[in-house]
Amino acid sequence: MNASPPALASVPDPGGPPADARTVAAPRPVLRLRSWSLRLSPRGLAAGAAITLAGLAVSLFALSTGEFTVPVPDIVAALFGEGPPVAELIVDRLRAPRVLTGLLVGAAFGVSGAIFQSITRNPLGSPDFIGFTAGAATGGIAAVILGGSAWQIAGASLAGCVVCAIVVYALAFRRGVQGHRLVLVGIGVGALLVSADWYMLTRADINDAATAGAWITGSLGGRGWEHAIPVAYALAALLPVCAWLSRPLRMMELGDDAARAVGIRVEPVRAVAVVAGVLLCGVATAAAGPVAFVALAAPQLARRVSRSPGVTLPLSALTGAVLLIGADLAAQRLFAPVQLPVGIMTAAIGGIYLVFLLRRERR
Amino acid sequence: MRLYGTGLTLSYDKRVVATDLDVTIPDGSFTVIIGPNACGKSTMLRALARMLKPRAGAVHLDGSVITSLPSKEVARRLGLLPQSSIVPDGITVADLVGRGRYPHQRMMRQWSREDEVAVAAAMRSTDVTELADRCVDELSGGQRQRVWLAMALAQETPILLLDEPTTFLDIAHQIEVLDLCADLHEQGRTMVAVLHDLNQACRYATHLIVMRDGRIVAEGDPASVVTADLVREVFELRCEIIEDPQSGTPLIVPEARRRPVAVAGAGAVAGTAGVPVSG
Repeated sequence: MNASPPALASVPDPGGPPADARTVAAPRPVLRLRSWSLRLSPRGLAAGAAITLAGLAVSLFALSTGEFTVPVPDIVAALFGEGPPVAELIVDRLRAPRVLTGLLVGAAFGVSGAIFQSITRNPLGSPDFIGFTAGAATGGIAAVILGGSAWQIAGASLAGCVVCAIVVYALAFRRGVQGHRLVLVGIGVGALLVSADWYMLTRADINDAATAGAWITGSLGGRGWEHAIPVAYALAALLPVCAWLSRPLRMMELGDDAARAVGIRVEPVRAVAVVAGVLLCGVATAAAGPVAFVALAAPQLARRVSRSPGVTLPLSALTGAVLLIGADLAAQRLFAPVQLPVGIMTAAIGGIYLVFLLRRERR
Repeated sequence: MRLYGTGLTLSYDKRVVATDLDVTIPDGSFTVIIGPNACGKSTMLRALARMLKPRAGAVHLDGSVITSLPSKEVARRLGLLPQSSIVPDGITVADLVGRGRYPHQRMMRQWSREDEVAVAAAMRSTDVTELADRCVDELSGGQRQRVWLAMALAQETPILLLDEPTTFLDIAHQIEVLDLCADLHEQGRTMVAVLHDLNQACRYATHLIVMRDGRIVAEGDPASVVTADLVREVFELRCEIIEDPQSGTPLIVPEARRRPVAVAGAGAVAGTAGVPVSG
């Protein structure tokens, strides 16, 4: 029976437990191969597939439409460098990097939000609330005003995020870090940084202030491959860490003692999670500016769509990606020819949908 | 003995709860730890469960210092039901109980057949099989505590520690949970529980540990350990000890605050009934 080929076996397995053992009533498919097994949630898989399809559709639409329409077959050809020259220019140089940056930044924000909401056991514990994005914004604004290059702005905002996270973590640390302390300290530090931002903006040269003002809303405008590729590297490095974190984090949602009781070393896991979450948030902010609301809304949307308890990292990544490019598309097209920064749209779209979902819940 | 601590100094930050404490959990016992508030009983249990790192001394499990063993390995031998845990929104009973299997799982082995069997058995013995699909947050306190116990059972550890498992439960559910613990003990597990109720402790314990001010004052079989003198010394409570008519174990009857008024005089002072009489 164990040597059978990989197959979807549902939980009450006639050959498995003895007949009198009443197994779990809700069958959850398990994928088994020799001693390997993978537990699947049908609703989670369906949600993942639906979100991925939505992401593909939005991406294709964003690549194809605009001032100059590129038919879908030409897009595919252009991406492989074999399309008509015009299509190649528009898709490969202009639209594809923007869409890709949006997908990657959205995914990074989604996972980062999921990690921090899980650690703090609080939906308000996402990095845009507990000051980390504010730290990144402060770093970025300082670099803009000092006349930094795109790379320097990105580096400064990443550094700002990391420094801010260290400060918040250190201030909140008292016999380990408790969620509510992290949230409160983070909100305090974030408020402080926002006033620093405004101080810098009021003192800056008018042109710098305008550039910085556009940057702090969060925007995907003019993003090229040089923005997409660093985020891709960061995700490639950090997502495996997040995959490893996912199971212990789920246990830690039951409380530190419950997690220790099943053999999780809570403090090291939490430290790794914080580092991964801060880096994801910092890299994403460096590429697109402190886009509001994706980190907060994506994990909550994902959780409600999949009806899973607690936050799930992969679905949060997918939801964040779709949320961000969907918002960017709307920001570009809804009020054309006026182009809004995506940060304005994420708050609107994510906020409306979240309120809708919360209203629909019974409790 | 599989589980014992020697020379333990236990503290939270600067506040030292116990110094040079030796404790041994007899194999196969149902050990109950009692003592007045702040005597260090929960702290000692937490140290035994490696939730709290002793400032001095060490807890030993199967001959090794517990902190030197891999954490997951310890979790396959020793389980803990913490005093309070958090119920994630919308989690079902089956999902929660299944999480007790964590120390038996790996990233590439998330749900083996052993996991299935263990979870089914744990739910059966705590009588929560019927609740499998229900959300934990809509259950009553008693049902919820059975679910947490099921999760600890699914961990399949030969030793199970329980930190005040009956707190927040009404009397019927307290007895239900303790009966369940007694069943688990009879099935061969070593059980260790911190309890508040002396009479329940006497009734269920095969080994009683009585603590005060971070020291173990007395330990052993409840019938030989619990005396009126001990209760007065440890809890500062005058009492009479009689035999529990149900179980034959010691039953602590606290001394009444007032000497009972003679029945004949009761009618005469009816108008002042309820007014405290000093002296």
